[in-house]
Amino acid sequence: MSRNLQLVWNGLIPENPIFRLALSMCPAVAVTTSVENGLMLGLAVVFVQVFSSVTVSIFKSFIHPRIRIPAYVIVIALWVTVIDMILPVISPDVYKKVELFVKLIVVFAIIISRLELFASKEPLVPSFFDGLGMGIGFLFGLCLIGAIREFSGTGQIFGYDILGFNPLLIMVLPAGGFFVIGFIMAIFNWIEYKITGKIPTSGGAH
Amino acid sequence: MKITNYSALALLVALVVFCSFALSPSMVEASSGSGSFKKDTEIQISFATPVDEAWAKNTANFVVFQQTDPDIKVPVESVILDPRKTSVILKFAEPLNLSGEYAVQAKDVTSDGKVLGSVEFLVKKGKGQILFTIFLGAMLINNFVFTKYLGLCIFFGVSQKKETAIGMGITFTIVMVLSAVMCWALFTFVLTPLHLDFLKIIVFIGTVAIFVQAVDTILRKVNPYLFKKLGVFLVLIVTNCIILAVPLINADSGNGPFESLTLGLGAGLGFALALFLMSCVREKLELCRVPAVFRGLPVAFVVTGLFAIAFLGFSGLSIF
Repeated sequence: MSRNLQLVWNGLIPENPIFRLALSMCPAVAVTTSVENGLMLGLAVVFVQVFSSVTVSIFKSFIHPRIRIPAYVIVIALWVTVIDMILPVISPDVYKKVELFVKLIVVFAIIISRLELFASKEPLVPSFFDGLGMGIGFLFGLCLIGAIREFSGTGQIFGYDILGFNPLLIMVLPAGGFFVIGFIMAIFNWIEYKITGKIPTSGGAH
Repeated sequence: MKITNYSALALLVALVVFCSFALSPSMVEASSGSGSFKKDTEIQISFATPVDEAWAKNTANFVVFQQTDPDIKVPVESVILDPRKTSVILKFAEPLNLSGEYAVQAKDVTSDGKVLGSVEFLVKKGKGQILFTIFLGAMLINNFVFTKYLGLCIFFGVSQKKETAIGMGITFTIVMVLSAVMCWALFTFVLTPLHLDFLKIIVFIGTVAIFVQAVDTILRKVNPYLFKKLGVFLVLIVTNCIILAVPLINADSGNGPFESLTLGLGAGLGFALALFLMSCVREKLELCRVPAVFRGLPVAFVVTGLFAIAFLGFSGLSIF
């Protein structure tokens, strides 16, 4: 049990997909103009990551190593098609804003890299928790960026007006997303430097 | 290095040829004159013979409506006659739909006091103009990297050196154009007739993966030198979001074959441009004293943010 918790924690902070591994950053910039969008896409990614990890873990002995990448892509595309049909029913308004990116989950590097590095070697239960951890880490990253951008850009959180004015409009424009991620990555590096006394080599390998 | 120079030159030539094709005037001939959009609130029509000023100045003589709904007339605000009296510019209060077709009826055209009869003009943008707008939109105004945030993984991964950035840009553009056209053909001739549109994600990513694998195998046999230069990038392309986003956008907006090709070309060249710009900056950044915690990716993100601000300047760009 402790190992499973360890796997979830690992995905949340030490190997956070966005800030530490620096994988799948396209959605991290694109849909995070508000917390709501980030939450929606984050949940979709948790769903796809968990179910494809489990599927690959079950069928790993049937997949020939030489065709594993196309096989993984098909598994991911299958679950993406499922979530792409579920989401518009749950919340049509938010879905409209993140539609393209829900479809693009197929090519998110984080999912296929977890399948390749973890689910194809480990049994069912650890794969489930690894997928859950990575998915939640991604969700956490999206919500954090979304919250910062929504609050500083429009003065709102979850659509509720808090400040009543727009402090920094640039934050909801394209450029703001890049700035916020750059600074959060630097903060993660700084925290690691304070704890371990070492500067990480390149803000996480890509 | 040499091969990338030649390829860049070839790409430039192709771009120039494409632009000259797109810019060539494409007016629609009517029975006795032709019309074209001047700005989004102006239409210019010309006559074969000089017309009377008193007739031309009367806005009631011109009836304008969109071809799709003839019942809704567009009110003409004012008319300007040019000094040679053979063409007039109609001004409108509201902006026109530039991708639509307009009919302009000129009633009882009067020349030297004689009534010559009524004429109808058809005003629409040429195909080339629409294509050029799509191309420019994909490349600069809505640059896929800086304003749509797609393809960032590859963008940050490959933009460390100028040479690799150019190689990747060229390879990507070629694959992008071809796969956009292939996905269009599959979607139009296979998926739509069979009512399998919901499978488009799986089919498109499968097509791109198979195509890239095929190019990899063929290039390895046919031209090992080129393969050595560009082969590394081929594998990476499959994980680039843009390669899947362009066919999806084409399918959702119902683009035809040429629109699909143009969007693919614009997206590819826009990505190549972004990679090249970024690699120039990152080569310089290596020599700068960047704060330790910002070294590597964080500062690359901040630089990209600055580029994104610069690309906001293209948002008002329009040629036609």
